[in-house]
Parts: sequence; C-alpha cells; structure tokens
Amino acid sequence: MNTPSEFALSRRDLLKLGAGSASVIAIPTAMADVPGAREPARAPVVEKVSFRVNGKKQSLQLDTRVTLLDALREHLQLTGTKKGCDHGQCGACTVIVDGRRINACLTLAVMHEGAEITTIEGLGSPDDLHPMQAAFVKHDGYQCGYCTPGQICSAVSVLQEIKDGIPSHVTGDLQAGATLSAEEIRERMSGNICRCGAYSNIVDAIEDVGGKRA
Amino acid sequence: MRAFTYERARTPAEAAAAAARTHGARFIAGGTNLLDLMKLEIEIPTHLIDVNGLKLDTIESTDDGGVRIGALVRNTDLAADARIRRDYALLTRALVAGASGQLRNKATTAGNLLQRTRCPYFYDTAQPCNKRLPGSGCAAIGGVSRQLAVIGTSTACIATHPSDMAVAMMLLAAVVETVRPDGSTRQIALDTFYRAPGSTPHIETLLEKGELIAAVRLPAPLGGTHLYRKVRDRASYAFALVSVAAVIQADGSGRVALGGVAYKPWRSDAADALLPQGAQAVIGALLQGAAPTPENQFKVQLAQRTLASVLMQARS
Repeated sequence: MNTPSEFALSRRDLLKLGAGSASVIAIPTAMADVPGAREPARAPVVEKVSFRVNGKKQSLQLDTRVTLLDALREHLQLTGTKKGCDHGQCGACTVIVDGRRINACLTLAVMHEGAEITTIEGLGSPDDLHPMQAAFVKHDGYQCGYCTPGQICSAVSVLQEIKDGIPSHVTGDLQAGATLSAEEIRERMSGNICRCGAYSNIVDAIEDVGGKRA
Repeated sequence: MRAFTYERARTPAEAAAAAARTHGARFIAGGTNLLDLMKLEIEIPTHLIDVNGLKLDTIESTDDGGVRIGALVRNTDLAADARIRRDYALLTRALVAGASGQLRNKATTAGNLLQRTRCPYFYDTAQPCNKRLPGSGCAAIGGVSRQLAVIGTSTACIATHPSDMAVAMMLLAAVVETVRPDGSTRQIALDTFYRAPGSTPHIETLLEKGELIAAVRLPAPLGGTHLYRKVRDRASYAFALVSVAAVIQADGSGRVALGGVAYKPWRSDAADALLPQGAQAVIGALLQGAAPTPENQFKVQLAQRTLASVLMQARS
C-alpha cells in the first residue's frame, strides 16, 4: 500500500512535534490581565450546601469544584443521571432544577442552595413509570440507553415549555406561540445527542405523551 | 479544575467591590461558559463571586419607551417575554437560534454578552493563542480558520464573538449599564463595548476591574419586519458561520448586523443607508477592507447571499 508522504509521520516524529509546540507556549509574557493566571495553586476549599433531590432534603459538604452532576452521582449515588461529554454538548446529564431542564455538568453544586432538583430516579420507578419513561419503552426510544435519562428529563421539560408558550427556533408566529409538532420536538431536543441514532423513535415517544396530554 | 474560594454576593456594589479587591476573582451567573473553560483550565479564577442572588432578573419598561433587561434574566425568559416577542422580535429570534434549551435556561443576558470565543485554538491548550496566553502567538492564522473572522482582525487574533443575542442587541442599539467597585454606575453603548483585538486580544471589553453588568437597555422599538437568519453546519445547536439580523421598514430602509464575521457583531450606518440598493451594495460597504483567510473567504459571499435572501423574505 502506498502511504501519501504527508501522512508518513512516525510516532517518534509526532512526539517531537508535541514537545515543540509545548515549548512554544511555555513563554507567556503578559499574563497580568488574565485573572488567576499567576496565582499559586491553593488547597481544596470545602463549602456546605443543602438542596432537595427528588423530594428528599440533602445536606452536603463539598469541594467548591464539584459540579451538580458529580454531587448527584458520586456523593448521593444517584447514578441515573449520566456523564457524557462533561461540557454541555451532549445532554446526557440533563436534570430538572426548579422546574427547568439544565445541564448538571455545567453548574456547581454549591450554587444550588435551596434548589428543588428532579433526576430520572425522581420521575418514576420501575414499578410506577412516568408516562415519558413508559413511552420510551413502548416506542423503543433507545438502543444502548446511556443518553436515555437525559433524553427523558429533557423531553418532559420540552412538553412543559411548549405548554408555557416558550418559543423555539422553528416557531412560526411568535405571537401565537408554539404548538406540539415533530419539527418543534426535534428543534427543542437538539441539546440531547443519541449516538445510537434512536431519534425517530424518541420523537414518536414524545409526540405520544404530548398528544395524550393535549 | 483549580481550587477556588466561593462567595454569594448580596448587592451589585458589594459584588463589584469584592471582585476589585480579590486578585483572580471572577463573577459567576449561569456558568455555562465559565465552568466549561475552568474545566479545561483556560479560565483559572482563584475566587468565584456568585451573582445569582442580586435580583437583577426583571425586564422593565423605561421612560423613553424602551426596556431595561436585568443582567441575570435567563435567555429563555428574555426570548419568551411578551414585550420582547411583540416589540423586539429580532431579539427573540436571535436568542432561540443559539445554544440548546438546557443552556438557554441557565445562560444570562450579561453572561451571553461576555461569553468567550469558540476559536478551536483558544480551546486547545496545546496550541499558542494570544487570547488565552498573551504573547504566545496565534495558531489560527495559517491554521484551520473556516469558522473565524474576516474583518476587524489583527496579526495577533482572528477570533469571532460567538453570540447570536449580541447581534440582535447591536442592531437594536443596546446600551450596557454597569456598576463599578465604588458603587457608581455608567452606561456603555454596545457598539463601543467590545475592544478590537489589536495586540491585546485577551482584553475583550471596556469593563474595568470589578465592574459588573447590571442591565442592558434597549431604546424604543423600531417597528418594521424583524428577521434573523443563521447559517451553520447543522440545523440546530451549532455556532454561526454567518448570521444576518435585519429590521426592514415598509419603505425598504432599515438596519442590518452580521454575526460570525468579527470580534463583535458587525454593522454600520453607512452600510444601512445602502439597503434600498440591495444586498451587494450593503455587504460591499459593510465588509470593505475585509481580510479573510483562504479558508473563510467564502463568508463574504455567504453574507451577501444570506442578506439577499433575508431582504427577499422581508419584501414578501
């Protein structure tokens, strides 16, 4: 097989390139305007925070760096909420806080004093499924299931957002408000990625629940 | 992420004073951009001042017939507000074109204005970037620059401002209202708020140390037809290659602003005056002196074609 010359890079050459680029950036000269850049590393800081998760009061002492997602998974053992990208791009960590869906990975636990948090475990249980959970099962709205808790929390909120008259990018008439449609569901669910590609069944599940409600 | 201390501010003046006296302090509101950057150690604050309790979350009518939008009004609430939907539809359209539903529920008005660029070299800590590490160089110039700026650039930086909301705000002649550490307030026209990169691309706005955005004011509504067209690589949840904001009046006059082309939303009165002559004349004036890279020169024609399409829609 002929390898094009520009791709004929050995592992040794690649390491050399990496070392070269590192030496280029090791000479910051005007860092005074970058907050914190010249501060010495400090010891971990612990703060108290209390909030309610699925109706139950939780009081925690946490490193200020702990995200709401890590507080739920690592400190409260509520592992239904998933960590996908940890950067707000995939939606696997979607939970409902004070009635609004958010990315639990992009918020600090200590910022949620007094908050009311609902995770997938709080929506329903295996014996008593939330209608959206039942619809995902009925319509086969998943394959591997990793994104599913986030999809379901997001979907529950999407129906509420349409009901509350919150417009989306595909809402035609801003005065009339949005109505439930596959197009609205697809647009509003764009912050939840499914690498298995179960999207069409997810839309069917949400339409099913939304239609029953209306 | 580096360790940091954390406090909840009780008043805007107290927050500003705390930020001024604490070295390495940053405000945190929605946190959707700041926390992302802290995880990557691109932002490395040693102290966070949580401003969510400052009650800057209302939208009020002003004496001059406009609105005053609190700094902490969430993007979802701003987009859904009845007055905004009716009188400033452009702003609603721009807001819902950005980010995802989850992010809009958290992201604030002030935080949206202050979000950092999504230039891939700003995010890649193994690469030089004058915005992230002042003086280290710019890997974007000569690198993968398809998403980046075509005008207002410098030899130090070709990053774009990523916001959709700010494009609408710029067209609507928004004014940023701030509180300074001494408790005084000032108003800064959004048009002058963002600093050109020059040789200091890490200094992005006119805000002084500790200065806190309290609100954004919009003057009385413009009337006309409000359109926001965003061109991107996927249908939803992606940053703009080019976006066009337009408010077009029945006589064909109006105002236009472009997103995705510069370090700030790009517009000019001189270009707006050419609207009756069509998209080619407007973009010709607006992007005169553009210095695109070979990878992003398509943006000039894309801006013209997008504006042409928007003007056609406005007439129909």
